[in-house]
Amino acid sequence: MLIHEHSQPGRRGAPQAPVDKADLSDIPRHLLRQDRAGLPEVSELQAVRHYTRLSKKNFSIDTHFYPLGSCTMKYNPRACNTLAMLPGFLSRHPLTPDKYSQGFLVCMYELQSMLCEAMGMAAFSLAPMAGAQGEFSGIKMISAYHKANNDDARKEILVPDAAHGTNPATATMCGYTVREIPTLDNGDVDLDALRQATGPQTAGLMLTNPSTLGVFERHIESIAAIVHEAGGLLYYDGANLNAILGKIRPGDMGFDVIHTNLHKTFSTPHGGGGPGSGAVGVAERLKPFLPLPMVAENNGRYHCVAEQDAPHSIGYLSAFMGNAGVLLRAYIYMRMLGKAGMERVAEFATLNANYMMAVAKRRGFQLAIPERRASHEFIITLKKEASELHVTAMDFAKRLLDLGYHAPTTYFPLLVPECLLIEPTESEAKEALDGFMDALEQIREEAKTDPEMVTTAPHTLPVKRLDEVSAARNLDLAWKA
Amino acid sequence: MLEAIGITDTDALFEEIPSHLRISGLDGIPQGMTEMEISRLMHQRAAQNNQAVCFLGAGAYEHHIPAAVWQLTTRGEFYTAYTPYQAEASQGTLQLTYEYQSMMTALTDMDVSNASLYDGASALAEAILMAVRGNRKSKSRKILIPRTVHPAYRKTADTIVSGQNIELVEVDYDRASGTVQLDAIEKAAGDDITAVVIQQPSFFGTLEDVDTITDWAHQNNALVISVTNPLSIAVLKPPGQWGDSGADIACGDGQPLGAPLSCGGPYYGFLCCTKALVRQMPGRIVGRTTDVDGKEGFVLTLQAREQHIRRSKATSNICTNQGLVITASTIHMAILGPRGLEHTAAACHANTRELVAQLSGIEGVSTAFSAPVFHESVLLLDRPADEVLDALAEQDILGGYDLAADYPELGHAMLVCATELRTEEEIVAYRTALQAILAVETRHQEIA
Repeated sequence: MLIHEHSQPGRRGAPQAPVDKADLSDIPRHLLRQDRAGLPEVSELQAVRHYTRLSKKNFSIDTHFYPLGSCTMKYNPRACNTLAMLPGFLSRHPLTPDKYSQGFLVCMYELQSMLCEAMGMAAFSLAPMAGAQGEFSGIKMISAYHKANNDDARKEILVPDAAHGTNPATATMCGYTVREIPTLDNGDVDLDALRQATGPQTAGLMLTNPSTLGVFERHIESIAAIVHEAGGLLYYDGANLNAILGKIRPGDMGFDVIHTNLHKTFSTPHGGGGPGSGAVGVAERLKPFLPLPMVAENNGRYHCVAEQDAPHSIGYLSAFMGNAGVLLRAYIYMRMLGKAGMERVAEFATLNANYMMAVAKRRGFQLAIPERRASHEFIITLKKEASELHVTAMDFAKRLLDLGYHAPTTYFPLLVPECLLIEPTESEAKEALDGFMDALEQIREEAKTDPEMVTTAPHTLPVKRLDEVSAARNLDLAWKA
Repeated sequence: MLEAIGITDTDALFEEIPSHLRISGLDGIPQGMTEMEISRLMHQRAAQNNQAVCFLGAGAYEHHIPAAVWQLTTRGEFYTAYTPYQAEASQGTLQLTYEYQSMMTALTDMDVSNASLYDGASALAEAILMAVRGNRKSKSRKILIPRTVHPAYRKTADTIVSGQNIELVEVDYDRASGTVQLDAIEKAAGDDITAVVIQQPSFFGTLEDVDTITDWAHQNNALVISVTNPLSIAVLKPPGQWGDSGADIACGDGQPLGAPLSCGGPYYGFLCCTKALVRQMPGRIVGRTTDVDGKEGFVLTLQAREQHIRRSKATSNICTNQGLVITASTIHMAILGPRGLEHTAAACHANTRELVAQLSGIEGVSTAFSAPVFHESVLLLDRPADEVLDALAEQDILGGYDLAADYPELGHAMLVCATELRTEEEIVAYRTALQAILAVETRHQEIA
């Protein structure tokens, strides 16, 4: 039942503020609204009960193991939320002069510095509000760099075919054409194909490492050399940073510009789809182009870099300070982890993934790239189950929900048929990993003995399988009275 | 676990990484802190920020938010869920998003809403890209954008659309009224214009003649993109009712509907449009459908527009929405209801009127523009605004936004705003402080 269906004309909660002021008489009538907006009219209790009940229809990290590959659904410490929501941060207006904002600005400055250190980059800007905006800033900086060098012939961005869809979409938004580079069966980029595709038309290469196939790109140095020798720049998509934090840094691999998904690696909440944060870091030569705002330090005082002091900046990406509250949460998380904690992140994330992969192998599940080490995630392909038992990756995913596990990412990467991309993260205990693998095995057994149980799953959730085709064909996108 | 993998220590997990590239540790990162230690530090830092009385607006507004809003929003089931890829296990987020879309279409009086974008400024950029894709009658990729649109929105739009051969043409404003120069727009009649942007209330707080501009745009085959404060349209004419046929795309920042100021974010951008443009929309959209038993349910829909399917041909590279913030906003709107929003909007307006009346009674202060305003207004001073604002801040008053950098032609001007939170005492205290500041320095000048 929608909140709108609880509505009764004239019903309302207690006023939230004194009600004696309401004079619009100085505004000409033709500029005023003549009807009342069709919003629900409910009591506060009705609203609270409705949304509490709705919340219970969600799977979440706090309630379920959520091994959604490529999304890094690790535990979000509660302290990060509580401390980022202290009144001194919440009530600060974004245009408050720097002089009166030292407590906030010092956090942002230290966050920039810690990211530089952990990523091996020369400078960071916290401006981008999500990974996709980080990518946009990165490619925009590459474009600005070539332009500054009067190098106008570079019209192409290279993207491996295993990449996230945001990579090619970003390159297009920045006015580039996209050339795809094939991936070998062992998960590495096809170097010969890369060599052939690279030339004076190459603006740069976007690479995720470890890749979306869950393996580390072993020839990263050769890749960097090929692209750099051709005059192109190297972009690092930080989607899978959790696998290497504290082990190897993008800057040391030769990347010129990177974005980090703070909502993945640095544990800010995913919030049902956002807000994210896609801070961007650069090597020395791209520093002048970083997006604003950035925080700088001078004799122990902190200030936002003025526009006139950053004449080559690609500019602003939001009206104010990006997703500042998200940045505070990432800052708090990093300070709590500290050096030793941060060095353990990749160790445990990778240990958990490799353990699950070993168990999967032992129990006869087919792996996408069995001979390689997993990064922080790995891929099972259910090609055999789909052809022999007529039970697809989608069916496995839906049945997992019945068994109390959020499904892994399905049908991505596109290169692997009937795949489950599984990312346990470092937060999970062995029992959760074992329970999940038991569930997968149970489903495979069910597929043999009672396939309908699997192909018609889920059975225990608020709804059964939903008709997506009809949803797209007969669009119903808003409630109408 | 190591045994199951067949290794003896975790170092072996990283053996595929070229060893000479590996680092031994993160030496520049400080040692970790316990929850108690970080708590102490963050309390100290929060206290270092000035807790002044806020008369700053300029795109971010301090409003009362019912206690229930963020208590519910930070429930783990909302806070720690992700994009609802598994619809059956995400009906909470999906239904809430559908309700959000329903509320935004009702508020703007538009046909459809997406599930939100990053913020108001980036939403304007996406609205412009959408207009370029959606206006088949126009080939020019030329957008008229008045200088009464928020300067930071114009800068952001420029950053985001500039790689795509789109021309943003500035339109000046009338110095007396503080609204768009209609004759400057009309000069473009007959030209190929893709879209016209109108901000209502304008950045100055002035009210534009939205009906006339909308009708003019449509007569000239241009689409209309509205930028509005969503709280204001509880009482002001909503974009869907502008002119004869309404705006085509409505966007703005949702912050006034339940998001705290929070140093600048996270807020969210709302984006609504007419039915005709729905397939040009960027971002997530939730639709209502049924399950195999005919039971009502909600799914992400029209995904064929998006990057994970269309890759380089997608409508945008965007792949998230501001889920948590629209969760707050939806609950906020449900609790306030239409009359609660009307009341808040009207109270802000009344407070700002009171503030402007008080301040403009001081010698050396006057109102800048003749057009009616809503909720925010420009005042002219007899000396540089930054000096005055600094002096006010010393007395714990954030007096407004200095317009010198963005509008030097206005001279000593500042933008002021008083939301429903400002009390009569605070407004009087502002007047008293300003009067004292201006009087003292005037005397100095006289002596000199």
